[in-house]
This record gives sequence, structure tokens and C-alpha cells, in this order.
Amino acid sequence: MWSGEHIPTLRKSRPPPPHADSSPVVHLSVTIVGVTEPILLVLVVTTALAFDFTNGFHDTGNAMATSIATRALKPKTAVLLSASLNMAGAFLSLTVAATIATGIVDADIVTLEVVLAGLAGGIIWNLITWLFGIPSSSSHALIGGVVGAALAAAGSEGVLWSGLTSKVLIPALVAPVVAIAVATVGTWLVVRFTRDVEQKDNDKMFRWGQIGSASLVSLAHGTNDAQKSMGIILLALIAAGAVPSDSSVPFWVIFSCALAMALGTYMGGWRVIRTLGKGLVELESRQGMAAETSSAAVILLSSHFGYSLSTTHVATGSILGSGVGMKGASVRWGVAGRMFSAWLITVPSAAAVGAAAYFLDQLVGGAAGSYVVFGVLVVISAGIFAWSRRNPVNPHNVNDDWDPAEESEAFVAESVATHRPETMTVKTKRLRRAKKALAEREAAATLGAEATSTATEVVDPPDRADAGATDTPSTPTDENGK
Amino acid sequence: MQSFVEWEALGNILLYGLLVGAGLPTLFAIGVRIMAGPGAKDESGKVTPGRLVLAWLCFGICLVAILGAVAYIAAGGH
Repeated sequence: MWSGEHIPTLRKSRPPPPHADSSPVVHLSVTIVGVTEPILLVLVVTTALAFDFTNGFHDTGNAMATSIATRALKPKTAVLLSASLNMAGAFLSLTVAATIATGIVDADIVTLEVVLAGLAGGIIWNLITWLFGIPSSSSHALIGGVVGAALAAAGSEGVLWSGLTSKVLIPALVAPVVAIAVATVGTWLVVRFTRDVEQKDNDKMFRWGQIGSASLVSLAHGTNDAQKSMGIILLALIAAGAVPSDSSVPFWVIFSCALAMALGTYMGGWRVIRTLGKGLVELESRQGMAAETSSAAVILLSSHFGYSLSTTHVATGSILGSGVGMKGASVRWGVAGRMFSAWLITVPSAAAVGAAAYFLDQLVGGAAGSYVVFGVLVVISAGIFAWSRRNPVNPHNVNDDWDPAEESEAFVAESVATHRPETMTVKTKRLRRAKKALAEREAAATLGAEATSTATEVVDPPDRADAGATDTPSTPTDENGK
Repeated sequence: MQSFVEWEALGNILLYGLLVGAGLPTLFAIGVRIMAGPGAKDESGKVTPGRLVLAWLCFGICLVAILGAVAYIAAGGH
């Protein structure tokens, strides 16, 4: 449970400007002012719940995309299961890490205004990435938002750059690599052991395994991420003086956070689910099971060893790995590449929004500034939602075939694959032989002997030329050449 | 100057991740193979009791691992 000594130090006021008198009296007086700012408090709590909602909404895919894609669960059932488990997870463990970006921004400058601007940055980045169907880390978006607001509030000294690099930026690169490795090995072994089991038996049994491991990811997500919002709300309550600083998390906070996240999850970020489940790899249940188990293991182990990796990055890496480990499965690296670049710009982009929100707040000034920020946030969110209606993704079309037009190289790869998959794999030996035969025939052609008859064979693909080299009249030439 | 990558934690995650994250699916796959692989069914089309026990042993270990993970989350390790 929440205990007194874990209460982080959140200043009850914004930091006194350098020229101002920074005696403790200032802090005290602003604290009292804090209590008289109930509307700001309500705004921050509402925004934190809204962030919690987008978090659930954005991250449903991490747990459920594979189960939906392999039809282990119906789309609606999957999000319902995930939502219930998120809700249960939020109640399961209450060792709340009530810290916003500890070790990343200077704790002294985190005021309610900074938190509000940071949340705005997180929400807007979450919605934009959702619009494009890109799974990106919600916690990185939040951290980015807070970092931007901190930069705007206190300049570059407000951010602990080494903390930001070692705790956020590098893990974002490391997480998918680890997950790809684990899922590749897992998938390879699973496929190896079950290659002579009938496909329908495989599907039947692995679906259960898949549901089990996906549920675990949902549960871990609920515990982890709902607590971030609980922590923010608790900090806001303490900062505003609404609860004593050694207070435990009030029940209504736990309940509303759990509910907001569950609702978000149930709404289902279908765009993200579609990208994860259909866009990266065409999944079957064996791969889905291996991918989800790898996700669950890496997520839980990373928090156990104190090196937190983002659920989104791990889940995406696992899905990619399940494509790498399965022979014959094609991974759309173009889609994956877009995703990786989105992860790299998550923190700076969310930071830009966070900073803009903070400047807006300061520009208008006072309590009105926060109202304006909140209003703008509502308007932008509504705009993004309206934009998304132009080509909605919902439970009915979430599993439609990935449109090749979305990815030109994938279109080439797929058209070849559906046509003649064997042309995709050319053995080195065959290629070498075919090249040799080709060179010999070209040499013969330049000599002018039977130029017309060989010229047609020269333009043949290597495997045709090779087939010709082994069992058609061209064999003798090959032999004679040696 | 602190190290930007926590290699030790990372190594541990990778090692245990492979052990659990790849090991459990493999165990499950072995269970599936025992239960439904070639030669699993005798002439009457039934899976022999010995195979059933073995297969459920594999599935059981996976189930225990999931329950263990739930207990771990609940205990606040997360």
C-alpha cells in the first residue's frame, strides 16, 4: 500500500522567479492559494483521467492485437477481456509509483501548470499517433510532454539530460531488439516442435495459450499504467492541499483511473490494433502465442530488474520477432521502420506540444491560462477525432487484408509471394551455376554461333536458366564449357 | 559519468527473457506435439493416457507460470 515515506517531493507552488524573494513564506502563501484553485485542480484531474483514457485506448493493441488478428478471440470479446483485466490490474497492486518523470525532470519545478501542459502534450501525441495507426509508447508521450513543459518553465536546467537519455531514449532503442530476439527464438522453437502437427490442432491449442499470455500482458498493463495516472492525480491533490501530504490514494482516484483506462481499452484503438495485428506480420496462432509470451516475460522481467522498457516497444518487437522466427512469414519492415521513427520523435514531439501548452498558459496568465489550455486541448482532440471519421477502423474491418497500396515494396513482395514463392528463395549454388551458364551462353553469342536461339534464354530468370542447365539441351554446352 | 546503458540489467533481461519468454512457448509446443503430433493417436483414435499426462504436465507448468506472474504483479513487484 501507499506509505508516507514514498511521497515524492512535489513543490506546492511554481518556482519563484530568480528575481523574486524565495523565502519559505512564498511557498506557504502559494500553498494556501493552491487550495483556493479548485478549478485548476479539477482541470488537472480531468486531464489526467483523459490521458488515462487515451492510454488504455492506445495500448489495447499491445495485448490484444495478435489474438484479434489470429481470430483466437472476436474483436469485441478481446477488448472486453482486455478492459476487464486492465480494470482488475489497476486494483491488484497499489504500490503506486507516484512520480512523474523522476530523475528526468527537476522535481522542484513540477507544478500543476507543468503537469497540465505535460498531460496535454501526452494526450495530443497519443491521439496523433493513433490517427496514423502507429503504436507508440504512452509513457514516453507523457514524459515528453512533461519534459517540454519543464523546458518552457525553467529552461534546459529543468531537465536532467543524462536521465532522459539513459531512462527513456536508449531503452526505446533497446526494448524492440531484446523483444525481437526473445520472440524470434521462441517462435522458431515452437514452429520447429509443431511443424508436423496438423494445423487445426495447432490452432485449437495455441489459441488458448495465446489468450492466457495476452491476458497477462493486459493485467500487467493495467497495474503499471493506471498507477501512473493515479500518481499524477494524487500529486495534484497533495499540491493543491486537498489531501494531506502523507495521504494514501483515495478510493475514488483508484476507481476512476481504473474505469477511465478500462473504458479507453474497451473503445479499442482499432487503428493501432490493425497495424500491430495485420500490418507488421501475417500472424497465425503459434506466432501470436510466442509473441505474447515473449512480451509478458520481457515486460515483467524488465521491471523486476529495474530497467523499465515500454510495453508498446516490447510488444511491437515481439510481433516482429514472431515474423522473423517463422520461416516463410514476411515481415513488412517498411511499416516497422515508420514505427521506429515515430518512437524516436515521440519525446521531442510531445515535448513541443507540452512546451507550447505551457507558453500558452503563461501567455494568458493566471487561472485563465489553464482554462485556455484545457479548452484548446478539447478542441484539438475533437478535431483529431473528426478527422479519424474520414476512414474509420472498427471491429468490422480491423482484420481486413492489409491494403498493399499502403506499402509499395510490400505490394511487390506480396505479388511475387502469391505468384510463385519459390522464386523468392534462390540457392547460392543454383545461382552460381545459372550465372556461369549465362556467361557461357553470352560468350557463345558474341562468337556469333546460334546467336538467335540463345538470346531468348539469356533474358530468362536464373531458376529457369538453371532448370535449363540441368535437364535440357543446354546441359551439353555446360559440360563442354568445362 | 554514468553509463548510459545498464548492461547488467539488460543482460539479465535477455537471459531470463529467453529462458521464460522462449522456454514456456517451447514447453507448450512440446505439450501440443505430445498430444496431437504424429503417432499421438492409437488405432481407436484416442490419445494414450501416458501422452495425456505428459502433455498436461507441460500445459500445467505453463499455467503455473501464468499464475505465478499474476501473484508477482499482485505482490507489487511490478
